[in-house]
Amino acid sequence: MDKPHVQFIDVEKSYDGETLVVEKLNLDIFSGEFLTILGPSGSGKSTCLSMLAGFETATCGEIKLHGKSINSVAPHKRNFGVVFQNYALFPHMTVFDNLMFPLKVRKIPLADAHKKVHRALEMVWMGGFADRWPSQLSGGQQQRIAVARALVFTPDLILMDEPLGALDRQLREQLQQEIKQIHNELGVTFVYVTHDQNEAMTMSDRVAIFNQGVIQQLATPDSLYECPMNAFVAEFFGTNNRLIGKVLQDNGETCRVELKDGSQVEALAVNIHEAGTRTTLAIRPERVLIQPNRDDCPNVYKVKVKELTYRGDHIRIHTSLCENEDFVVKISNNEKKVNMNPGETVEIGWRVEDCRALDPYCSDSVCPI
Amino acid sequence: MWQLSPHTTLLGKLWRCTFLVFCGAVFMFLVLPVLIVLPLSFNSEPYFNYPMPGFSWRWYQNIVENEMWMVSAKNSIIVGLASTALAVTLGTLAALGLSKPSLPLKKLIVGILISPMIVPLVITGVGMYIFYAKYNLTGNLPGIIIAHTVIGTPFVLISVTAALAGFNLNIARAGQSLGATPTYVFFKITMPLIMPGIIYGGLLAFTSSLDELVVVMFLAGVEERTIPMQMWTGLREQLSPSVLAAATILVILLVGLLLAAELLRRRRERYFVSAK
Repeated sequence: MDKPHVQFIDVEKSYDGETLVVEKLNLDIFSGEFLTILGPSGSGKSTCLSMLAGFETATCGEIKLHGKSINSVAPHKRNFGVVFQNYALFPHMTVFDNLMFPLKVRKIPLADAHKKVHRALEMVWMGGFADRWPSQLSGGQQQRIAVARALVFTPDLILMDEPLGALDRQLREQLQQEIKQIHNELGVTFVYVTHDQNEAMTMSDRVAIFNQGVIQQLATPDSLYECPMNAFVAEFFGTNNRLIGKVLQDNGETCRVELKDGSQVEALAVNIHEAGTRTTLAIRPERVLIQPNRDDCPNVYKVKVKELTYRGDHIRIHTSLCENEDFVVKISNNEKKVNMNPGETVEIGWRVEDCRALDPYCSDSVCPI
Repeated sequence: MWQLSPHTTLLGKLWRCTFLVFCGAVFMFLVLPVLIVLPLSFNSEPYFNYPMPGFSWRWYQNIVENEMWMVSAKNSIIVGLASTALAVTLGTLAALGLSKPSLPLKKLIVGILISPMIVPLVITGVGMYIFYAKYNLTGNLPGIIIAHTVIGTPFVLISVTAALAGFNLNIARAGQSLGATPTYVFFKITMPLIMPGIIYGGLLAFTSSLDELVVVMFLAGVEERTIPMQMWTGLREQLSPSVLAAATILVILLVGLLLAAELLRRRRERYFVSAK
């Protein structure tokens, strides 16, 4: 890839001078990419966007645009389009005037500006709504207008702060596609903040997973899902089965892990310390096999089916394995019918490469073991 | 709200009765005295009692022809408009400043700014008299304008603060991100959206100036008398329905202003509901 479009260099932010909301952030955003900052609420992701937009100043560190520091550039001089969760349309202006606002400020000739406004409205499928007032539009329509307003002045960068958070699921999915399509058409760099991992997965070129002010992992959606580098990422990005154990033996590529109940698991050694330390095993539910072939599957366990949930395209089998009371197995609903009832005992297993041994995980509230 | 639900208990009904009686009493004590007094300004005889012997405009004519009334009306309007303009500007700026979360000593500043509303006017008046005399601000209109600005500012501060509380900060941020300077954002976005608060505060400041008597008594000379002062002297010296005529005009003026503001608000609301 070429030179980064935006760079965060050792950026830190603290509101009270004591706790850091964002810690030593280093992030390169490349020209034309759709980068998502994903994290739970309070992880510092929105603060990052605010700093990039210029609404907040970094406590220390530098933010660069095209290699030049923009720390001391006022928000109105940055030329970034920003879309907010609560739309932030100007309620005392019509849709047309809302879109004209950035063009008027830039003193763009009227005829030209009108053309741009109509093109932007067409782009968000709102061509016939120019004369409406924001209060006459639904949430989804308002957000489309907000998107149009953020791109009508051909900004350097488009920032979106949980833009679909206030919409219902169906509308959200539709707008996700629309935004993605706009990104493909315009080729502008997008920085998108969300707490919704599905949104991040479907829209982004790259995702930066944030927790407690630190980027946990920055990668493409597929490598985040398939190769999470730590337990937080495995838990947060997609559904995951977590098992806690102790490293028995580190064989370099793989390792042996002992679970609490004494059973042993063969796993990929991704992020572990020396033998004897704790580790978290992460196994995706769809990679768990029912009645596995023992030859290519060293990890086989007998479990009791607790519950079956029918999800249309797949079926989830809830069991418990070791101290994980909700170990989930996903089987796709294809021609092979599932014949299983709650209470039955089945054999499950997984391949070594589908089981990643990661760092000892501690969620903020409960710490297992 | 008026329909009692079928499961209302006896106690509930009693409560409802008490409530209605109370509302009636509030209405009676607040509005009735004004409603009784106003028609007397059309009395053909200079007495303050019913039944009125006949209808006449003579007391209104009296006011218009009397130089003292006209001077005081002019003074009241000048003082009212000037002090309202100042109070609106200062109060709005103060509210904006105080809405910044980072401002230290916020409560203390609000307390000081609002004190003219709380401290008895007599005390404010004495204080102003002593203080303003030093700077030659007694016995002239600028002094009264400043005094009424001080009294009117808290109204603006409070109503604009309330309007700002419902103002979505992201709207201003959106304006900035779209390339507008903070000043431009204020005049084109923030101000139009908090305008109802500014107008209400201004109306309250104007009315408070229009019927303020105590401070004027301390600061004004004969030349600077305002309508309330003229009414006061009128009541003491020659009790005539002219005072009532002046009061009627004031009441109609103020009710008209409030109605106008309300209509303005409704018309705006038809176009947009403030975005949450």
